[in-house]
This record gives sequence, C-alpha cells and structure tokens, in this order.
Amino acid sequence: MSESKIIDARDTFCPGPLMELITHMKQANVGDTLELLSTDEGSGADVPEWVHKVGHEIVSNEKVEGVWHIKIRKAK
Amino acid sequence: MSQKINIVCVSGTREKLQMAAMIASVAAAIGDEVSVFLSMNALPYFVKGRTIDAPAEGELGVLMAQKGVPPFKQLFQQAAELGDAKLLPCSMALDLMKISKDELDPEIGPPTGLTRFLSDAEGGQLLTF
Repeated sequence: MSESKIIDARDTFCPGPLMELITHMKQANVGDTLELLSTDEGSGADVPEWVHKVGHEIVSNEKVEGVWHIKIRKAK
Repeated sequence: MSQKINIVCVSGTREKLQMAAMIASVAAAIGDEVSVFLSMNALPYFVKGRTIDAPAEGELGVLMAQKGVPPFKQLFQQAAELGDAKLLPCSMALDLMKISKDELDPEIGPPTGLTRFLSDAEGGQLLTF
C-alpha cells in the first residue's frame, strides 16, 4: 500500500527544502507520494530538476499563496 | 551524467563555508562524486565539541545567521550521509593543530595529504573556497 506524506519545509532557505525532501525520500517506499511545502522561491524550479535527474516523478507543482506545493512520486 | 566535484575549503568565514557546503550537498544529492578537502581555517569547525560560530564577512553572512538557513555543518553532514560525499581533513592542518582524526566529528573521513587528494581529483572539477 503506497503512502502519502507532507513535508513541511516552509521558512527554510535553499538548499534546506531539497535536503528535507531527500531525507524523507530515502525512507519512503517505491510508489509513495511526498508533498513538499516550500517558501523558498528557487524550489519551484530546483526541486523538479533534482527529481528528474535522479529519476522520480513529479505529480504536480503549484504555488498557492506564496507556498510551493510539489508532489513527487518515488519511482525507484 | 554524474561528475566528480572536488571542493577545497580554506577560509573560516561563514559565507565561504556555507557556499562550499551548499554545493557539496546539492552535488552529492544529484549523484555527483563529491570530495571536500578541509584545511587551514576551515578545519577547526570540525573538531568535536567545538561550537564556535563562523564570523560573517559581510552583509549576506549576517543575513544568513537567521532562522531557516541550514547551518553549513549540517549541510556537509547531509552531503556525507545522503550522497556519500567524502569530507577529508588535511593531514598538515591536523599536524599543526596537534590533533588526531579521533578528535574530529564522526562524519569526517581519513586524514589526507595533498598528493593523494590531487591524484584522486584528477579529471574532475576543483572549486576552492
């Protein structure tokens, strides 16, 4: 059964949100979905860059009221 | 394609240590092979039990003292733990400080001389801070 989890990295600066995501990604199972919340402006572009580079999957990526909500599915 | 990134940390100022740690952690996170050579004024921060703050060089260093900026030591640690970055203390600096590897933080690797570091760095990028 795949799980869904929210990682709240608001109010941390680059590369804090990415590092938090990676820490949780290591512990997640293949198929799990993680949603990263970030107020770091660069996250919207930088996090997907990392996700593509290491081969996971972006489910959605949107900015709502100043907060990036980036959903990622662990693919491997 | 992963690449080999070698970082030499010389300065003990907050901005330089922070930038080096940011590059090390992000490069390690995308699967690059990262080696960080810690020498000169950068090494004392990695002595066990030392909690001195790195002094700011200028405006950005002062701004970086605020909450939410990941401390450089935490980033180096994450680079080592999450991305297998090597954190290598300079053997000369250890000699000068009269300390052994056991007195350094646990994430720090084996004492390394320049000859070894440069030979391992061959063909990769080398950044100095």
